[in-house]
Amino acid sequence: MSVAMPGPKAEILARRGEIAKALSAIVPGEGVITDPDGMRPFETDGLTAYRQLPMIVVLPETVEQVQRVLRYCYDNEIRVVPRGSGTSLSGGALPLADGVLLVMSRFNKVLEVDFENRATVVQPGVTNLAVTRAVEHRGFYYAPDPSSQIACSIGGNVAENSGGVHCLKYGLTTNNVLGLEMVLITGEVIRLGGKHLDSEGYDFLGLMTGSEGLLGVVTEVTVRILRSPETARALLVGFPTNEDAGRCVGDIIGAGIIPGGMEMMDSLAIQAAEDFVHAGYPLDVEALLIVELDGPGEEVHELIERVEAIARDNNAANIRVSQSEEERANFWAGRKAAFPAVGRISPDYYCMDGTIPRKALPKVLHRMKEMETEFDLRVANVFHAGDGNLHPLILYDANDTDQLERAEAFGSAILKLCVEVGGVLTGEHGVGVEKRDLMGEMFSEDDLAQQERVKCAFDARQLLNPGKVFPELHQCAELSRMHVHKGQLPFPDIPRF
Amino acid sequence: MAETLRPETAESVLDVVRWAAAEQVPLEILGHGSKRGIGRPVQAEYTLNLSALSGVTLYEPDELVFSAKAGTPLAEIEKLLADANQELAFEPMDYGPIFGLEPGTGTLGGVLAANLAGPRRIKAGAARDHILGLSAVSGRGEAFKAGGRVVKNVTGYDLSKGLAGSWGTLAVVTDLTFKVLPRPERIATVLVLGLSDEAACAAMAEAMGSSHEVSGAAHLPKGMARSCGLAVESSVTALRLEGFPSSVSYRSEALNGMMRDRGAVEILDMPQSENFWRAIRDCLPFAGRSDPLWRVSIAPRAGAALMARLANEPLNYFFDWAGGRVWIEVTGSAEDAAEGAIRRAIRAVGGGHATLIRGSAALRTGLSPFEPQPAPLAALSRRLKENFDPQGILNPGRI
Repeated sequence: MSVAMPGPKAEILARRGEIAKALSAIVPGEGVITDPDGMRPFETDGLTAYRQLPMIVVLPETVEQVQRVLRYCYDNEIRVVPRGSGTSLSGGALPLADGVLLVMSRFNKVLEVDFENRATVVQPGVTNLAVTRAVEHRGFYYAPDPSSQIACSIGGNVAENSGGVHCLKYGLTTNNVLGLEMVLITGEVIRLGGKHLDSEGYDFLGLMTGSEGLLGVVTEVTVRILRSPETARALLVGFPTNEDAGRCVGDIIGAGIIPGGMEMMDSLAIQAAEDFVHAGYPLDVEALLIVELDGPGEEVHELIERVEAIARDNNAANIRVSQSEEERANFWAGRKAAFPAVGRISPDYYCMDGTIPRKALPKVLHRMKEMETEFDLRVANVFHAGDGNLHPLILYDANDTDQLERAEAFGSAILKLCVEVGGVLTGEHGVGVEKRDLMGEMFSEDDLAQQERVKCAFDARQLLNPGKVFPELHQCAELSRMHVHKGQLPFPDIPRF
Repeated sequence: MAETLRPETAESVLDVVRWAAAEQVPLEILGHGSKRGIGRPVQAEYTLNLSALSGVTLYEPDELVFSAKAGTPLAEIEKLLADANQELAFEPMDYGPIFGLEPGTGTLGGVLAANLAGPRRIKAGAARDHILGLSAVSGRGEAFKAGGRVVKNVTGYDLSKGLAGSWGTLAVVTDLTFKVLPRPERIATVLVLGLSDEAACAAMAEAMGSSHEVSGAAHLPKGMARSCGLAVESSVTALRLEGFPSSVSYRSEALNGMMRDRGAVEILDMPQSENFWRAIRDCLPFAGRSDPLWRVSIAPRAGAALMARLANEPLNYFFDWAGGRVWIEVTGSAEDAAEGAIRRAIRAVGGGHATLIRGSAALRTGLSPFEPQPAPLAALSRRLKENFDPQGILNPGRI
């Protein structure tokens, strides 16, 4: 796979030794890595098709070190790529040959747990799961739960606005972050929000969440924690056709029920998952739905009955309701292992992440079937059905150049289809380098120019994570020029008072 | 008197802003003007009135989504949604009563520009959490769109959120898409009577930390409950439960048991609950008056401590958001409407912000209606403004 990254600046590469020395003075000891073997683990992230050794790796430990490193890079016009745990599926942490890779993994402390205000303050290198681990002894949890939650960091979750199975009911990262401390490329520290809600002024918290490391480096995160639901039970429902399953999803939501999670798999994904973890999935169905209902016991009991009735009305071939925590976990085991399970039946797979309006599901599935023939490649489908977020996994063999090219073309065609039916390129994995060049499918030049202007307000020299998100790099000076449409004010047709 | 331009299409809005950008003419951006009294008064030669830009353009109840033009009356949208048993889950407050206006004014554009929220903020979020996408015209006279119509979307920066609470100072929004949610089938409220501010904040924290999914938590000090329609003299701490009928009965029983030792408990049924929470949402205890009114946001558990620090000031107040939102009406004649005392108290209890919601034009010009920002944040705000509206033609001076 190929994508053009900003060309390395020769004058920066020539100063590599001097830069490493300056950074070592800021972050002493083993905080600066320059030898290729030491840097090798950082050459890629969760999107392993792209690899690049950075110029220098820096692992700061204090906010002051982050400030000084960024300020030094700002003064010397050195590019910086921030990195959390490196689990991005869109290449968000792909290094640059002339860039400093700023690894935040040493920021790994839970700073404060405040049950009375239902908030937890953590450093950005703390893993998603560790946030829940720190509060679960009192029956609390942190709601966003991306599948990589054992490894992925909260700082990375903020950068990518991570989702997960539970975001249908409990929101994405952006709805669960209360406050941030961050450092701008100039070294200035900015604090946004806190334990209080809705700070006045521009919503920088909203802009920062999902900004993919292009605006600032997060050094502290305050998140909302929730009391765990009293009960959670799941239904496993098999359908003879994808259409039946898709309609059932719409009917559940239409009936006023927002499940804790609602996931769908197609026959190829079901088969692969069953072969891998033996979850007891039915193999004679075209689509499988897992619906989890959580809340007070009374409510869950009633909703299970309502959902069962809706499923039967939509031709459900078989319905199982979890009778124990063990059984519920078992229903989920296959879904959670779906990606590695598909990895077992194909040398490589390419995971897409478009979101579509739910009603377009049958049409999109139908078109994807046709495309399997056109591109001569198979697709296994796993979706967050409740919110229309698709994860088609295109099966291919990376050693076969022709297959690789077809897989890429197939992926682009799927994403274009998502946009065509009113959806978007990425629901939770981010644009990164992977979908960068497809941004024009969704946004006009003016749309993108406004986003770039946000970038210019934070980082006018464009030193933070360049080459990600935006297909073209425009100079901020160029963007700031006014294109004046000289005109009079006739507006003969606009009512005036 | 400023001249008013009232375009009927998004294209005309673009024409107006392009002209204003070319001629460097400041514009005051207005919907119904129901929140015009908030923030610094805008001095502009022209008013860009968006109220003719009205109408719902898409509503798909099964997809939990609708789109409408910015000038669409909020009341029209709420009626449309209610007919399908749906609603805006963030419960946008109606500022009309505070300013002595008829209830039910206000447009959808204003909902986003002011980032409205109601008592359910603590569970469901604010307007910022429910906006999915929009179209707008920047102060440069460039039309653009942001976001989309689906809930899960991380394609590019979340510019729709960036415009939430921006009070029309970055761009003129012309079309908006919001997500909606089912209306609860049943509502009940558990009232605990006679608690002090401190005991009430502790009780609300306990309720919010339980698994009973409390969707509103407010405390009215002694003598204030009547203005919210309750025939009670003592202080009232109110906890709202919403959802399916069997679930609501089960949870109100459980919450009743939890609160019984703290004070006398009463339960409000659904119609009573609806009236009561509308009164809290729209700040009815301080409606139809003209004394300066502050809205404070702090960590919820700091609510009582904040008011203890202000015990010597002549003021009335009540708590929403489990103690985290405090409405403070200043009854004395202090020149600064107690601004200094309130901001100091906020800093002393761990930080937050205070906004002057109601005050004379002189007061709003003389002091800072919004929380002053530290230098680096203020500079960042200025850079964002300069990027979107380099000539400062959109609502100049408002924030």
